[in-house]
Amino acid sequence: MRPLLRGVRVPNIKTTASKKAVPMPFHGTVTIPMSMHIGAAAEPIVKRGDTVFVGTKIGDVGGSISAPVHSSVSGRVSEIADITTPDGAMCQAVKIESDGKMTPDERISPPQITGTDEFISAVRESGIVGLGGAGFPTHIKYEGCKGRKIEELIVNAAECEPYITSDTRTLLDRSDELLFGIEAVREYLGIKRVIIGIEKHNRAAHGALENMLNQHPKTELKLLSDIYPQGAEKVLVYHTTGKVTPAGKLPLDVGALVSNCTTLAEIGKYLKTGMPLVSKCITVDGGSILDPKNVIAPIGTPISALADFCGGTVGDPYMVLFGGPMMGLTIENADTSFVMKQTNAVTFLSEKEAARKRETACINCGACANHCPFALDPRAFLRAYRCDNVGELGRLRVDICMECGCCSFICPAAKPLVETNKLAKAKLRAYLDEKRAKEKQEGRRERDK
Amino acid sequence: MKRLHIGSAPHICTGRTTRGIMLDVIIALIPTSLAGIIIFGIRAVFVLLAAVLFSVLAEYVFCLVTKRENTVGDLSAVVTGLLLGLNLPANTPIWQAAVGAVFATLVVKCFFGGIGQNFANPAITARIFMLVAFSNLANAAYPTLVDTVSGATPLQILSSGKLPSFFDLFFGLKGGSIGEVCIFALLIGGIYLIVRGVILPHAPVAFILTVFGLSLLYEGGDIASALAWCLSGGVFISAIFMATDYSSTPITPMGKAVFGVGAGAITVLIRFFGTYPEGASFAILLMNIITPFIEKITARRPFGSEVRVNE
Repeated sequence: MRPLLRGVRVPNIKTTASKKAVPMPFHGTVTIPMSMHIGAAAEPIVKRGDTVFVGTKIGDVGGSISAPVHSSVSGRVSEIADITTPDGAMCQAVKIESDGKMTPDERISPPQITGTDEFISAVRESGIVGLGGAGFPTHIKYEGCKGRKIEELIVNAAECEPYITSDTRTLLDRSDELLFGIEAVREYLGIKRVIIGIEKHNRAAHGALENMLNQHPKTELKLLSDIYPQGAEKVLVYHTTGKVTPAGKLPLDVGALVSNCTTLAEIGKYLKTGMPLVSKCITVDGGSILDPKNVIAPIGTPISALADFCGGTVGDPYMVLFGGPMMGLTIENADTSFVMKQTNAVTFLSEKEAARKRETACINCGACANHCPFALDPRAFLRAYRCDNVGELGRLRVDICMECGCCSFICPAAKPLVETNKLAKAKLRAYLDEKRAKEKQEGRRERDK
Repeated sequence: MKRLHIGSAPHICTGRTTRGIMLDVIIALIPTSLAGIIIFGIRAVFVLLAAVLFSVLAEYVFCLVTKRENTVGDLSAVVTGLLLGLNLPANTPIWQAAVGAVFATLVVKCFFGGIGQNFANPAITARIFMLVAFSNLANAAYPTLVDTVSGATPLQILSSGKLPSFFDLFFGLKGGSIGEVCIFALLIGGIYLIVRGVILPHAPVAFILTVFGLSLLYEGGDIASALAWCLSGGVFISAIFMATDYSSTPITPMGKAVFGVGAGAITVLIRFFGTYPEGASFAILLMNIITPFIEKITARRPFGSEVRVNE
């Protein structure tokens, strides 16, 4: 076996791992964005004044890559407004005034599944997207399995970011649903081997998993080293199966299907009950939170309500993140940001935690390159980017960077390495697009002659 | 809620800074500095102080004159000065140590763009400059002028075919530069740096093993002689502190190993076939010069790519 991929050791703060997730009652107005996934936003199918129930579909697929959206409360649609999502994009959102009763939609019943196609359309109707944080519509991923030979299903239970424990809680609190989901995927997508990848330091969870898997000898448990970013898709595939996913390709292309454990548990729940994805278990933690815990909140709950439910904050939080401190997105306002499908944690960082070092000269120590899981050289990216050398950026393969943050985390000179990588990737992409367009044009001209 | 701060991930970082790394190097140099002072006496203190002082002064004045941000606080000038001082014999005239320190920091480091930009090791380059410029150093590269240790240096003894005592070689009761004699103290510093994660062991280990292996070959399989060659001269100080310099050596573990092997081989070649009794300094400088090429051939292959970086 080839050597393991590099990474960094991040602080192992998992305060909330041992606390059972608590349902959070919310009876105010929820704001449900239509874009909680990668791809086209969903189209609202309700209008102002409509009465909806928990699980009523309020948005339908808006393109070839899209996912439907369901109401998370029962009540009345008060407004369809434009909001800004944490990634800075604008999208429509349906605001629903809760009647406080949380009445489920009476049409909800377990789906009838007889084959692969029914299974995939059930997954589409459930509104489930990649719950590890990326939010890629799950039914599209499963659709992609059809033409390919998939050798293994890899269940992503590696939760490598500091603070986040919502997947751990899935393993501990929802093991029945998880196993049900795994079995369904195994059966309907025809996958023989199932591997659950989990980090060694997550002892409570893998202890529970081992007991659980005694009844399921077909599912393997793979203990992984405690490095960050163990949960990154390509890293996980390599560390569980030894398969290298080529640059620009998907794990599916090497015959590996990766699904997050919470995604699979949601699939299990949908198949059992027919209740689509309307609430999320979210780790609410960070140096500013007084009573950190995992909460199960309706999708669309304002972030500030999460903080209030967790004892409030010590003074004003400095930074509020969707996700963990390594890859999380900062939000500008906790009152106008809302729980989304792919939200697995909201981290309230204190000023002390988020303090940045002063940027100094690069001392060429090579820590960035030597800690890069993908063996890239961020120090060279920085040089090439600052010299506007796009060709060099392409040769150095900046496109492979997954923006995990190891380089910036480790850099003693506090260089903005990940930021530069993101900018450099965009620059390279723009350059290649332009080049392609030009070639196409020239090709056309040639033909015209 | 008050206005929140926004920024690009990651939002946390390690506490490690350039200053912290340099401080670690200084700490690692304390044992060998103390050993040098004990072995060579008060003269050694003056040489070390002069080298450090003038190195820092040179950087301070350079920043002042060129209207750059003052970078003395990162402690790298202290490291450069200290390393140079440790590479000088205790009887070096103070003014020469001062000139060498200014050369190291000003010419080799600052003129090339400051910390992280110098292609050659400042202390080693200044050491070689002094060897060429000041004939007293050139004529007797490793003179023994302190009373505690008299007679020829181990390298001279070895060249004449006799074997010095291993106890003396290991604990530094021999002639040579201030910081190179006490192997024991150097090893403590090296282990400290490895444990603290400041350096990787690849370059030093490759360097020392190469010197040992090639000496063994030259001595026709005589392990005691080969060991004595290793423990003599500047092999350990160069391997631990010079071959691990960040800006002038390769960054990948493989590149570091190649650097170590190359430096070890050049050291042995100069020792056995060259004019100078010691070749470690030249070896480091020569390898510094070919470092960009080593980096090119040892670049790691990005995960999932068929093309090697730099190809």
